[in-house]
Amino acid sequence: MVQDTKIFLIGGSAGSLTVLLEVLPQLRNDILFPIVIILHRKSHPDSILNMLLSNYTNLEVCEAEDKMMLKSKCIYLVPPDYHLLFEDTQMVSLDSSEKINYSRPSIDVTLQSAAEVFKENAVALLLSGANADGVDGLQHIKRNNGKALAQEPETAAVNYMPRQAILQVDIDRILRPDQMAEFINNL
Amino acid sequence: MLDPNIIKDDELEILLTDVSSLYGYDFTQYSRASLKRRLNRICVIDKFTSFAELRYNLIHHPEYLQRFIEEITVNVTEMFRDPHFYKALREKVFPQLGTYPFIRIWLAGCATGEEAYSIAILLKEANLYNRSLIYATDINPGVLEKARMGIFSISQMKQYSENYILSGGTADFSQYYTANYDMVKFHADLKEKMIFSTHNLVSDSSFNEFQLVICRNVLIYFEKELQNKVFRLFDDSLDNLGFLALGAKETIRFSNLETSYKQIKGEKIWKKIK
Repeated sequence: MVQDTKIFLIGGSAGSLTVLLEVLPQLRNDILFPIVIILHRKSHPDSILNMLLSNYTNLEVCEAEDKMMLKSKCIYLVPPDYHLLFEDTQMVSLDSSEKINYSRPSIDVTLQSAAEVFKENAVALLLSGANADGVDGLQHIKRNNGKALAQEPETAAVNYMPRQAILQVDIDRILRPDQMAEFINNL
Repeated sequence: MLDPNIIKDDELEILLTDVSSLYGYDFTQYSRASLKRRLNRICVIDKFTSFAELRYNLIHHPEYLQRFIEEITVNVTEMFRDPHFYKALREKVFPQLGTYPFIRIWLAGCATGEEAYSIAILLKEANLYNRSLIYATDINPGVLEKARMGIFSISQMKQYSENYILSGGTADFSQYYTANYDMVKFHADLKEKMIFSTHNLVSDSSFNEFQLVICRNVLIYFEKELQNKVFRLFDDSLDNLGFLALGAKETIRFSNLETSYKQIKGEKIWKKIK
């Protein structure tokens, strides 16, 4: 039986922004689940990334706030300097505890939380990056019967992150950037 | 290493009930997602392999309670974290505080004190320190002890110094501390006007009238209802025309305070207007 996707998570670090800028414009604007993006980035008072990504998609883009209710057809960016956790399938919380893998936000933290809350309805994609944050998270997604995806390392500006994912996790699909939007649109 | 999921959801509820009925600490309105992470983390750090083991320890070793609370609450903090926030305090709040003969500031959830020393430096530089008092409170007695010492790792100072400059600081940041091996000690005059005390936002009431209440990155660990209760506590503790400052991702929007406070544009600082 086909599993319903209730949440789509994208994690990335160095070299992942260009992938997002390629993928986001091709996303259908009637997708039935929220998308959460966890990017390693520097803290900045203004949400520049937020505005940048908004220009590349018809979907609503916003920075996640504490105790925010999730909506489908909406892209949530995890704010810099906070981890994002899921209270349940509807509501997120922010957390400013210790960095994980030298990162806050940490992709692992959000993916693990999503795996526990959404179980088989979580799908997560790991993009280009220079460390292995997110690999354990994908493992949790798999263990809870969700789907784990990784960017084709050959296409990644920095291939360490997707390569580690492929080495350590039983990845469901390895995708080139030009295949990602179609894959997401068909979930 | 994969974080093990040692504590299940229903077990978490049992632990919270235990801690509340045995020791009077009520965490039942804390956000579950973070609590669950912290509980699994403490199991890993303190090598508990099961819920039963942690629970046994908690019930039969009252001396473990302090560590337990310190580990399940988040005590991560920095000096001049979000420098633009401190810049806004300097430029938009302090000039108004300066009109008071005496300034009382409540720093709720001060953890190991980095914010308290940051505020003290700011007050000094604004020539307000001599007529100010900083009440720094936290639920954990252990972190307050560290805060009182004013000793921090030297490895942080480069970052803190950068933050300080971004906050509008123009002095040499290193003038505020003395370095000794890998630690620095902030000068004692910075804590002359600090009062450290335990205070539990869940159960303790207002204890003074303040012109400025700062509570950053604490409310994110609370459920909505408790957030509202704490907002009322802050409201009861604020002078008319006093200021409330929250963390970068916290807001009084959608709370019962919304209509009686005015936000300083672009900042997480609100002024009480009625």
